Amino acid sequence: MSTSSSFTPSRRTVLKGVGAGAALAMTGGFAGRAFAADPIKVAAVYTVPVEQQWVSRIHKAANAAKERGDIEYVFSENTANTDYERVLREYCEAGHKLILGEVFGVEDAARAVATDYPDVAFLAGSSFKPDAEKLPNFATFDNYIQDASYLTGLIAGAMTKSKNIGMVGGYPIPEVNRLMNAFIAGVKESAPDTKFQVAFIGSWFDPPKAKETAFAQIDAGADLLYAERFGVSDAAKERKVLAVGNVIDTQKDYPDTVVASALWHFEPTLDHAIAQVKAGAFKAEDYGVYSFMKNAGCSLAPLGSFDGKVPAEVMAKVAEKEKAIKDGSLTIEIDDKEPKSS
Amino acid sequence: MMDAVEILFTASFWVAAIRIASPLIFATMGELICERAGVLNLGIEGIMTAGAFAGWFTVYMGGDLWTGVLVAALVGMGFGLLHSLLTVPLGLSQHVVGIGVTLLATSLTYYVYRLALPEVTSPPKIEPFQPWAVPGLSKLPVVGEALFTQTPLTYLAFILVILVAWGLYRTPLGLAVRAVGENPGAVEAQGISVTAMRMGAVMTGSALMAIGGAFLTMSAFNSFFFNMINGRGWVCIALVVFGSWRPGKALLGAILFAAFDAYQIRLQQLSGGVVPYQVFLMLPYALSILALIVVARRATYPKALMVPYQKGER
Repeated sequence: MSTSSSFTPSRRTVLKGVGAGAALAMTGGFAGRAFAADPIKVAAVYTVPVEQQWVSRIHKAANAAKERGDIEYVFSENTANTDYERVLREYCEAGHKLILGEVFGVEDAARAVATDYPDVAFLAGSSFKPDAEKLPNFATFDNYIQDASYLTGLIAGAMTKSKNIGMVGGYPIPEVNRLMNAFIAGVKESAPDTKFQVAFIGSWFDPPKAKETAFAQIDAGADLLYAERFGVSDAAKERKVLAVGNVIDTQKDYPDTVVASALWHFEPTLDHAIAQVKAGAFKAEDYGVYSFMKNAGCSLAPLGSFDGKVPAEVMAKVAEKEKAIKDGSLTIEIDDKEPKSS
Repeated sequence: MMDAVEILFTASFWVAAIRIASPLIFATMGELICERAGVLNLGIEGIMTAGAFAGWFTVYMGGDLWTGVLVAALVGMGFGLLHSLLTVPLGLSQHVVGIGVTLLATSLTYYVYRLALPEVTSPPKIEPFQPWAVPGLSKLPVVGEALFTQTPLTYLAFILVILVAWGLYRTPLGLAVRAVGENPGAVEAQGISVTAMRMGAVMTGSALMAIGGAFLTMSAFNSFFFNMINGRGWVCIALVVFGSWRPGKALLGAILFAAFDAYQIRLQQLSGGVVPYQVFLMLPYALSILALIVVARRATYPKALMVPYQKGER
C-alpha cells in the first residue's frame, strides 16, 4: 500500500545524462566543478504519510533543498516495512545518489541494501548508531531535540496549576521517550511536585484513541497535556486545558491551547549530508548532533498567542538555559528509558 | 484498588464508553444485516476507511455534515455493490472477495486522498458534529449524562439498532432477509429473488459500515488519517458473533467492548508504571474473548451463511 512518486529513468533523462557526460568531457579541467553544480538525485522512503509529524520535517527540508536547486527529490510514502527493502533497492537501481529513510523497523534489511550499493549515500533515521568500518556509506540520524523539549518542560511546569500533566504517546521507542524524559526534567525544575500520567496508545495513527486517552487524563486531573500524537491537542482544546507541542508547531490550529512547542529542524542534517555528498566525502557519521539546539536542529517555537501569558521570570530562565545550551555549558541528558506514570 | 472501582461509577467514563462504542454500533449493525442474509462481509475494514474519507472530504469541500454522512453511505453502498456482485450472482469465495474489497477500498481511498490533497503538511480539519444535550433527558441521574450528552450521530446509532431489530423481526422484508440467510430455497419458492435480497442486504450493510467509519472523522475527530480505522472493522465481525446475530445483544457487546477500552485507558494512569502498558491495550480484546466464550457458546449462526445460492441447483 505504498503510493509512489518514483519514476524509472525515462529516455530523456538518460539522454540528458549522456549529454552531461559529453559536456563534462569537453569542459576538461572544469569537469569537477560542473559536476558539483548539478542537483543531487535524492530519494526518500517513508513508512508513514508525509503528513506525519516526524516525517513532515524531513519532507519539508527536502522540498526546501529542491527549491534551492540543490537536489532532485522523489519520495515514497506509507511504505510497509515488508516492502521497504524492495523500494530502497529500486531507488538505488534508478541511480539516486542520496537515500533518506527511516529504518527503525528494518535495520538489517536497510543495512544489507547499503552493503550492496556502496556508491550510494544512505542517511537513515535509526535508533542505532552507524558502523563506519563495515558500512562507510550508511549514516544515521534521529530527532535528538531533547534541548527544546526540556525548555518546553520549564514552561509547562510554570503553567500547570493542578501540578498534574498528561502525556499521550504512540509507542515508547527511544525517539519518543527521550523527548518525554527531557520534558519531564524541565517540568520538574519548574515544579518539582508535578504528577505525570503517561499513556501509550499502541498506534501512530489513531487520533480518536489519542483523544480519548487525553480525555481520560483530563478527567483524572491533568490541566496540561504533552501532545506527542495528533488528537491530544484537540482534547485539550475541547476541555479548555493547555497543551505542549512536539516536533511541529500546531499553535495556529489551537491558538488558546498550545502554549509552547519543541520544533525539530531537519535542514542542518540534510544540508550537511548534501554538502558531504557533493564534496564526495559522505561518511558513516552519527548525524544525531545536527538535531541539537547548538546546531540549529531544534528550537522553541515562538510563544505566539501566549506571549505575555507565561510568567516573565520563567521566560527569563528559559532564555538563560537556552543560551547555556547553545554555548555548550549545559547539556540535556539523553534518556531513552520508557517514562512511567508517577 | 479503590480508585480502579470508582472509575466505573464516574459519568465521564460512561460518556467515553458510549462515544467509543458509536462507530462500532453502526458497523456491527451493517455486518449483522449482511450475515443475516447469508453473506460474510470482510470488506468492512476497507469500507469503513472509504466512508471515513468520503464523509470527511465532502464536508471539507464545503458540504454540510449530514450531506457528508449521506455521501459516506453512498460510497459504502458502492463497495457493497461490488462485494455482492462477486459473492452473490457469481458465488465467489466470500473470504477472498471480502479481503479483496478491504484492500481495494483502503488503497483507493489513499490514492484519492493523495490526488485531492497532494501538498498538505498537516491533515486539514473540518468542523465536526458537536455534542448536543437532549433537553430533559440529559438531566436524568446516572444514564442522563452518559446517553444524552452525545453527538447526533451517536443518537442515530441507537435509533438504528431499534430500527434494525424491528425491521428484521417485525416486517415482511426482515423475514425475507432472515430467510435468505437460513434457507434461500424456501425464499425462492415464495417468488422472492434470493439474489436481490442478498445484494440489497450487503449494500445496506455496507452503507452502515461506511457511516461507522465516517463517525471517526466527523464526530470523534475532525480529520482523516491513513490507517485510522485501526482494526475496528475486525472487532465488529467478532461483535456480531458475540451478539449471536441479534441486534440487541450486538449492541450490548459493542458497549461492553468500548467500556473495556475506556477502562483500560483509565487504568493505565493508575498503575504507576508497574504493569507494562501493553497489558492494558490488550485488555479489551482479552476480556472480549472471554465474554465471547461465555455468551456465544450456544450461538446458532445463520444456516446459509457463506453458502452461495445457485438458482435451480440441487
